[in-house]
Order: sequence, then structure tokens, then C-alpha cells
Amino acid sequence: MPLTGIQIYKLLPKTNCKDCGLPTCLAFAMKLAAKQMELSTCPHVSPDAKSQLADAAEPPVRLVTLKADGHEVKSGNETVLFRHEKTFYNKPGLFIRVQDDEASDDIEAKVSAADIYTVRYVGMDLTLDGFAVQSASGDPAKFADAVSAVRATSHRPLILIARDPAIMAAGLRAIDGESPLIYCADAGNWNAMADLAKQHSAALAVCADKLDELADLTSKLKTKGINDLVLDPATRRLGESLIRQTQIRRLALKKDFRPLGYPIIAFPGDASDLTQESALAAQAIAKYAGFIVLNRFAPEMVYPLLVLRENIFTDPQKPIQVQPGLYEINDPKPGDPVLVTTNFSITYFSVANEVEGAGLPAWLLIVDAEGMSVLTAWAAGKFDAERIAKAVKETGVANKVARKRIVLPGHVAVLSGELEEELPDWDIRVGPREAVDLPAFMKQVL
Amino acid sequence: MSVEIPKDTWSGSVRTVTLGATAAAGGTRSHTVTVGGHKALPFMHFEQPMAHRPAIALEIRDRRPDDWSPLLLEVWGDAVDDPASWAIAAEKAGADLLVLSLSLTGLNGHPTTPEAAVAAAKAVLKTSGLPLLVFAPGQADLDNQLLVPVAEATKGERLVLGICEDKNYRTIVATAMANGHLISTRTPMDVNLAKQLNILVRDMGIPPDRVLMDPTTGALGYGIEYGYSVMERLRLAALQGDGNTQSPMIVTPGTEAWKAKEAKVGQDVPAAWGDWRERAITWETLTAVALIESGADIVVLRHPESLRRVRVAIDDLMTVPETV
Ligand code: B12
Ligand code: SF4
Repeated sequence: MPLTGIQIYKLLPKTNCKDCGLPTCLAFAMKLAAKQMELSTCPHVSPDAKSQLADAAEPPVRLVTLKADGHEVKSGNETVLFRHEKTFYNKPGLFIRVQDDEASDDIEAKVSAADIYTVRYVGMDLTLDGFAVQSASGDPAKFADAVSAVRATSHRPLILIARDPAIMAAGLRAIDGESPLIYCADAGNWNAMADLAKQHSAALAVCADKLDELADLTSKLKTKGINDLVLDPATRRLGESLIRQTQIRRLALKKDFRPLGYPIIAFPGDASDLTQESALAAQAIAKYAGFIVLNRFAPEMVYPLLVLRENIFTDPQKPIQVQPGLYEINDPKPGDPVLVTTNFSITYFSVANEVEGAGLPAWLLIVDAEGMSVLTAWAAGKFDAERIAKAVKETGVANKVARKRIVLPGHVAVLSGELEEELPDWDIRVGPREAVDLPAFMKQVL
Repeated sequence: MSVEIPKDTWSGSVRTVTLGATAAAGGTRSHTVTVGGHKALPFMHFEQPMAHRPAIALEIRDRRPDDWSPLLLEVWGDAVDDPASWAIAAEKAGADLLVLSLSLTGLNGHPTTPEAAVAAAKAVLKTSGLPLLVFAPGQADLDNQLLVPVAEATKGERLVLGICEDKNYRTIVATAMANGHLISTRTPMDVNLAKQLNILVRDMGIPPDRVLMDPTTGALGYGIEYGYSVMERLRLAALQGDGNTQSPMIVTPGTEAWKAKEAKVGQDVPAAWGDWRERAITWETLTAVALIESGADIVVLRHPESLRRVRVAIDDLMTVPETV
């Protein structure tokens, strides 16, 4: 949270010496708050005030970035508690966890399947972000082997999990030169963990089940020069996690409380009931986690979570749109039908995917409906006969087809009469309501 | 270091609404369900105790649905052919409430008749003691034709009649008031529309403790973010003291999720979607859990396993943690 002019004023010399070119220190403070002048313009600021003012310029939730070979996960830099207030910026990273006492074949199988996993959602290829390797055996060599096995299979960022600094050191040596996230520093081991984090430029997760202990730890680590910190408030159930994560985000944003101004790591994979892993992960996505560690790699769980993450992190001011125009699906010929819909991306892809998936050729005419779904746009007056006719003319689709057949979405069957008037030489057909039924309709009716 | 946890204090609160009436109150329900009453954002137990937990309704229909996913038809089996048996099955599955959705047409293809609607509602009330919500098909004229006789035939039960929209609220509100029922209003994902409709129904004199509001939602992947944010905004407005947003909220994640291809269909879908049944249930569950955390007081679901999972989630959210 940026400081107000008054808060800045309190840190200035208050001598009104005018060396900055302004009549008073207060006037200078106001200019600084409005970011219209630089702090260095005042030659008399004390070093202490300088560092406090620099601190205040930092974002309330620190940005922590994990990088590895072309992949990166960014977390933090959030500015609001509710997405409608502005938007959420950095999607939390989704990591799959393996344990070092699993057979190395199993580790490799799980990691390689998760590593290559991609799923298409509204034209985007969604993937997982990385892997967490946990020491379960207590044996440094085994931990190092597991880390190496994961690294040999995937190039994505890693989280290393071990409380014993000796084991952690072994894991870090296995990926020398990389900067993973290491988990975790606690009241007992923080000094040694700090040294490891420093040595490897790693981000460091901190774990404590009370907020004051968590804040103590981050403050101590900060004095040791560790800045890339991640918080684990040690809650593992829905209720307590929701509360803790809300409290942490509020303290960071509303109170500008630096010791808790870091991204949070959540462990839905620790759920006692297997079927709750997805619910915990969903909560973590919506309610403020920055790194999320899952146990299971199951497409039927990962796909809904990836979609939820896209949904929650879309900018509420901008629906995801596609470019209006004429799209060719499966190399259409002049004899193939024209299907019409809106430029809301979910709508476009629902239709395009069905037709493409069924291998049917068609001309897909995308009307500029300001990024709204069929019914929303219709209700808002952005998808009517006039707009459709305009799109037909502008795209010149009439010159591409021999049979002028145009198919309307079933939900806007009411438009067919007006469209006949707008496009007298076209054959207007009403399609099914849902895109799933389009292929059957195209095969049987067209 | 001592950390002072910031607590929100609010001037407003969500109203308390009781669904169903027992014999003592002039109905026949075995028990009632009370929702709302909140003085803080959902599950912020450290600020205010949650007055009432979110309730889970299961949707049953007056006849075998034409367009439900095979997964749903399979899990409910023969019960879908008879609303009374379906009600028993839903109660056994652990529902707090039943939603009886009336179909546009009967199996014969003709519009649903008032007699058939009344028969279905009465059959459900006879076999199950759960509080009941009756939702009409969503066509203003037909809705009025069906809901009025249902309301009259079930006088005093404190049913919830839905859906009140700007086109048809008058008749539904009037019959709810005349027969001791409640209403559910629905507006398309817009804070101002929700407020306006609330003003309209309240102007007719319906007591505020007889009104639920449905701000409409979309499924995961199909607009959930709009519903989610509108609910957060409505709940914040309610706590800030805006009397037109203080009704408990009901949403239908079941209907929405099972419309999505991801839940509905098992064939000819990408391999990356994974196991069909588990994906479908996750689709419904995650939609519901996200909405519960954004302020839903009643979620209407369709699959019994989703209900089980959502209940585990609510139990957990309602547990007041000792450490926090
Ligand atoms: C999300 C949503 C919104 C979002 C907008 C999202 C967006 N970018 O479009 C917001 C909150 C902004 C919104 C606003 C409004 N909305 Co709205 N909204 C919805 C909601 C919940 C989901 C819409 C959606 O995304 N569907 C998913 C997409 C993929 O569906 P689709 O585009 O229809 O595509 C499907 C089919 O049509 C078909 N299809 C598509 N193209 C084609 C083409 C062919 C050839 C074929 C055969 C099939 C086909 O396939 C697709 C998948 O099956 C619906 C209710 C619901 N649950 O459906 C209401 C709904 C559409 N909204 C409605 C209304 C009234 C409005 C408002 C006018 C309210 C108002 N007065 O302010 C505003 C208008 C916007 C404005 N003035 O700026 C009403 C429309 C009522 C009606 N029947 O006319 C609905 C139905 C809600 C309701 N029951 O009242 N809305
Ligand atoms: S130069 Fe510094 S001390 Fe002098 S008036 Fe400006 S702000 Fe104040």
C-alpha cells in the first residue's frame, strides 16, 4: 500500500528549507505521494527515512518468481481482496508432489504424465506448473536421487520439501545452479535454511501455525537478507485455511503489514479425505494461495482446477473475446453451410470445437457482439438481425458460398424472421440450442 | 511480534429465513431449515459466529427428464419416473431440502397441466418430510398457471415458489402471501437488477423473511466468475447495510454444471478431460464450493456424490478452528 502524503511528511526533516524547490516539506510530500517528484530531490532525507520510503514503494504482497529452463511461475503482487475490485494478477502455480520413498519408476511415470499434460480451454493450452519433491525417507541420498529423477523427467520449476537442512542440502546439490523454492524454515531450523536459501538463491517457504510466529520468522529471515519468502500458515482444512489466508491477505493489503506480505503456499494434497483435495485446491485458487501442491495427478481433477484458475483470474473488466470475422473450419467448400455466432470466446470455442471435432466443414461467421454470449448479447441488443447482416456483408461470405444457407443458434430462433428481411436471398435455418447437438444437426438436417 | 488481526465490522446483516412449516406451525414438514442471519462474510468465525450453515437442496423433477446426463439418470435409476420415489431417494442421499422442478411438457409432449403439477407436489410432500421448493418451467404464463394451484393446494407449508422474475413476480408473490409460502427471485447476474426486483416484490408487501434471492450463476468454465463476483458484491452490500440485498442467496450450480459438456457427455471428448464420472462430479462440486464461499446460503445440486462432497466441505467450513 503506498504511503499517503501525510505519512511521507512525517519522515521528512520538516525544516521547510525549500532546497527541493517547493515552499514546504508538506508540499514536497504531496508531490512524492502523487509520484510527481523523486525522493532524491530533497538532499536532507535521513538514511532511515530513505529505507522506510523505499519499503513503502514495494508491493504489499511480494512478487516471488520460480524459474527453470524456460518455465516460470510468478506469484504475489496482488492488490485486492475481491476480484471485482480490480482483478487478480498472478495465477497460483499448481505443483504435483512426489515422495522420495516412491519407486523411481513410479516417480518418473507420474512426473512425465503430468509434465506433458496440456488441455485446451477457450483456445488456450493449459498446463501444470511444476513438481514438489518431498523427503519421506529421511535419507539425504534418496532425496537427492528423487530430485534428480524428477529433474531428468521435467524441466519445470521445483519445490523441495524437507525440514532437515542436511537433507535439503543434498537435494539442492542434485540441481546445482537452480533456484527452486525450498520448504521450509521453521522455529528450529530457520538459520540453516536461510544459509541454504542464500547459497542457492532459492526462495524460502516459512511454516508456523500462529501468525505472530510466522511474522517473527519472516522478520528474522529478512534481516539475514532473504527476501523471497513464501508463507505456510500450517492450516490443512477448508475452514481454518480460508480464515488464515484471508487474515494474511488483509494484513498485507489493509494494514501494509510487511512481515506477512508474501505469497502463500497451500497443500490440498494433505487432505485427509481424498475427495476433498479438489475442493481445497479450488478454495486455494480463489482465496489467495500463490503456490498449490497437489498429491494426485488426475486429469479429471486437474482440468477443472485449471479452468477455475483461468476463470477467477480473468480481468472482470474484459471478457475474453475472439476477433469477429469469417473462420474456416475443416477446409469448407462453397457448398458448405454458414454458422453464425458471437465473439465471446467461450461461445466461439464451444461451437468451433464441436464442428472441428466432428470433422465437418463449415464457415463460421463471428459477429461482433462485444464479447458476449449468444443470449446475453441478444438480451443486450448486441446480437440482432442487423448486426448479423452487417457481418455477412463485411466478410463477403456470399462470394465464398454457392448455397446461401445460414444457421442461427437455437436460442435466438426469434431472430429468423427479421434476418429473412435483412438477407432476402439467404436460406435462414434455426440450429439446435446447444453446440453439442450441432454435428448431428449438420449431418441430418443440412 | 504480536500481530493484530484486522476484523471487519459491519452495520448490516443478512436476514434469517425459515423454509418449511411443521405441524405446530400449520404445515406437515418433519422439520424446518433456517438460512441466513449472517453478520460477517462467509465462515469468518473469528469475527462473528455463522448464524446458519449453508443448506444443500437436491433437484428432482415431476417426470423423467429428457435432457439430463446419462450419469444422473443412472445414479437415480427408476426413481426418476416418479417424483415421490425420487424424493425418498434424495432424502436418503442426505439432502436438506428438495427442489421440485416442473417440466415444460409432460411425457406426452403436451404442456404440463396444473393438475399434474399439484399431484407431483403433493406426492412429494406426502413421502418426504423435507422442506420443499417448487420451481416452474420458466415461461411466465405457464409458470403462473402452475404455481398458483400448487400454492393453494399446499397452503401453510412455507414452500418456496420460484422463479420470480421481473415478468411474472406479481402473481407469484400474491399467491405466496395468500397461502403462507416463500418466494425466490431471480435476476441475471447483476447487482442493480437484483436490487430492483427486490424493491418490486417488497412493494407488494411480502414480509422480508419470506424472500430468497437467486442472483443466477454460471458453471465452472461457463461464466462462474460472473456469478461468483456478483454474489461477493451482493453480500458485501448486504453487510454494508443495503436492505435490498439482504435476502439469503440461493443458486443452482447443479443445473449449470450438468449443462456443461464436461459434465454431461462422456464420449468423443478430449482424453485430457480424464475420467467422465469423476470429472462431472468435480465440475458440480467445485462450482458449488466456490459459490458457497462467495455467499450462497442454498445450493441446488443434482448428483448424490456431489452432495456428499459438498456436505463434507460445509462441515469443515463450519468447524470453528481453535487455532485461528
Ligand atoms: C455469464 C452471463 C452474463 C455475463 C456476460 C458474459 C458474457 N461475456 O457474455 C454478464 C454478467 C455480464 C451478463 C449480463 C447480462 N445478461 Co446474462 N447471462 C450470463 C449467463 C449466466 C451465462 C451465459 C454464458 O456465458 N453462457 C455460455 C455460452 C457458451 O453460451 P452461448 O453463448 O449461448 O452458446 C451456447 C449455445 O448458444 C450454442 N451456440 C452458440 N452459438 C451457436 C451457433 C449455432 C449455429 C448453434 C446451432 C448453436 C450455438 O452453443 C453454446 C454451447 O452450448 C446466462 C444464463 C445461463 N446460465 O445461461 C445469462 C443470460 C444470458 N443473461 C441474461 C440477461 C438478460 C443479461 C442482461 C441483459 C441483464 C441486464 N439487463 O443487465 C445483461 C446484458 C449485458 C449488458 N447489458 O452489458 C439472460 C437472457 C434472457 C433471455 N432469454 O433473453 C440470461 C439467459 C439469464 C436469465 N435467465 O435471465 N450475463
Ligand atoms: S528540501 Fe527536503 S527538507 Fe527542504 S523543504 Fe524540501 S522536503 Fe523539506
